[in-house]
Amino acid sequence: MTLILIVSVLMLIAVLWTVMARSLIRSMLGLALVSVGVTMLMFLFAAPLAGVFELSVCAGLITVIFAATVSLTKPMPAADRAKYSKERLKRYWPVPVLMLLAGAACFLFLKIPDFAALPAVANAENSVRHILWHGRTLDLAGQVLLILLGAFGVITLFKEIKNQ
Amino acid sequence: MTTFYLLLPVLFIVIFNLPFGKWMRSAAPWLAAGLILFQTVTSVTGLPAGWAAGLATVDGWLKFSAAVPDQFGQVMMFSVGVVSAAALAVGYSLFADEPKRFSFLNLLLISKTAMTGIILSQDLFSVYVFLEITSIASFVLISLNKDKAGLSGAYNYIVLSALATVFLLGSIGFLFLLTGGTGFADVANAVTASPHRLTASIALGFLVIGLFIKGGIVPFHGWLPDAYANSPAAVSVLLAGIVTKVSGLYTLIRLVALTSGLPAGLKEILLAVGALSVTVAAVIAVTQTNFKRVLAWSSISQIGYIVLGFATGSALGIAGAVFHILNHSLFKSLLFVNAAAVEKRAGTLELASLGGLQSKMPVTSSTSLVAALSTAGVPPLAGFWSKLLIIMALWQSHQHIYALIAILASVLTLAYLLIIQARVFWGKLKESFTAVTEAGPLITVTSVVLALLNIGVGLGFPFVFDRFFKPIKDILFR
Repeated sequence: MTLILIVSVLMLIAVLWTVMARSLIRSMLGLALVSVGVTMLMFLFAAPLAGVFELSVCAGLITVIFAATVSLTKPMPAADRAKYSKERLKRYWPVPVLMLLAGAACFLFLKIPDFAALPAVANAENSVRHILWHGRTLDLAGQVLLILLGAFGVITLFKEIKNQ
Repeated sequence: MTTFYLLLPVLFIVIFNLPFGKWMRSAAPWLAAGLILFQTVTSVTGLPAGWAAGLATVDGWLKFSAAVPDQFGQVMMFSVGVVSAAALAVGYSLFADEPKRFSFLNLLLISKTAMTGIILSQDLFSVYVFLEITSIASFVLISLNKDKAGLSGAYNYIVLSALATVFLLGSIGFLFLLTGGTGFADVANAVTASPHRLTASIALGFLVIGLFIKGGIVPFHGWLPDAYANSPAAVSVLLAGIVTKVSGLYTLIRLVALTSGLPAGLKEILLAVGALSVTVAAVIAVTQTNFKRVLAWSSISQIGYIVLGFATGSALGIAGAVFHILNHSLFKSLLFVNAAAVEKRAGTLELASLGGLQSKMPVTSSTSLVAALSTAGVPPLAGFWSKLLIIMALWQSHQHIYALIAILASVLTLAYLLIIQARVFWGKLKESFTAVTEAGPLITVTSVVLALLNIGVGLGFPFVFDRFFKPIKDILFR
């Protein structure tokens, strides 16, 4: 339980960093750290397969795509950067304050019920294939559709950049 | 059924994109139109017995668990099909650039298939998967022209849609905690029988907020006017005609009515929200100066009627709400198709620059009038019957003030739509429009078919009501 709490708090810090970071690269790293935190939680809850997916896809692949995209952007001029840096704290200070208040409210007032319907740890790792192919086939059809949509989305929105 | 409605379009998309050369690109729109129309017709008539048995066998092999659509689902699938066909016709008339036209075709088929997935799903998580696909397809479609207005409209939609995603996923998470499943039956158990009332109420609240955002219901409508008005014409037809109705309202009605009925608190909130949508959006519509913006605000107002009908919680009110979803897809698509025709020929949608087009575009003008009268609820057109059912349900539920608001807002609707009619089609023809003609056979035929559907559904009300809307009582209140 202590380890879960520590990882959760570290994840929240990474979330804050992602939102408030000065540069896109730092935000991207913050997001990758959040995924690493999620991966650790999944391992702690005995769902290693989900953890591996989270680590390879969200922390790995998505970070690489973000890095490639950020490398295509034009850096902010120094004067704007200084101005933005000052405004950033003004704009985002409510985020950590709200998070602290929400955390305190949960700790003080929310009694976490005993959700008996779910096992304490995942027990499905041996039957992921069974669940996907026997219980969630409609979601798999959706996944196929989503992959097609991703391909068409990228082609439609970015194809002409080369011509311009 | 699932194979026919979900996998067949995927197969078509794959085939369209195989390197068969130019002839496939020429044939693709006709094949897609054929598929859409066939699926639309069979969604209400059913498949021939031999086909149905064969497809059921394939469904069994693939372990698809989605249900055969009931009458509620059939109405929604018919609406999705009609609007998709209209959007395809407008897209192929208006996108001059061939690659863009082809991208539109693919994205339209994906969007239609995802909406069908929402209708066929019997599981909240599957509904979420297809909702997201519909939303992402909409982002890309709105920004298809890559102009600043379109990108800005898409960006607003993405931001609010991401917020909706957080609420929907949060809701699914809570419901999963309560029951260990996400099927509709599990959700019903969670909401009605779970000892954790607070958690169940939070889950239901999150679900409603998420679906309100997706449906563009006041006060979560911020993204909608920009998205509708700044999209390419064909995309406006699709978004306004059906996307928001399936994404938000269909799911809301199906889930809330199937799982728990309407809790008293939620009923009051929905009534207030519906009345607010109906009136505020109608008043704002009157002040707009752009044809498509008037229609966008009019859509928000009509969504309010659907919410009001649903909020009565009675079988009559919900039947009226579902009927109004169908009618909205017919008359609002027609209005957006006609807006596309006017934009194509006149080159503008600013009301101040338009005028007197009736003599040059008589079909567009006449069908616009049919759509306007149907939207305002003038008998015997389709819109009259659904509004009548909603107002009767409000009256029977002793919500007399809301019934009165619904009637008065109808008068306002008639006013702003007649203002459009007068400023675009009636009056003296502007000199710059002397060479204007109808927008081409594809758009004109689409307008006529949609106008005939508005008239036909209205005149055939007894049959349509008995066949599709009366059974809703048994479907949703079993």
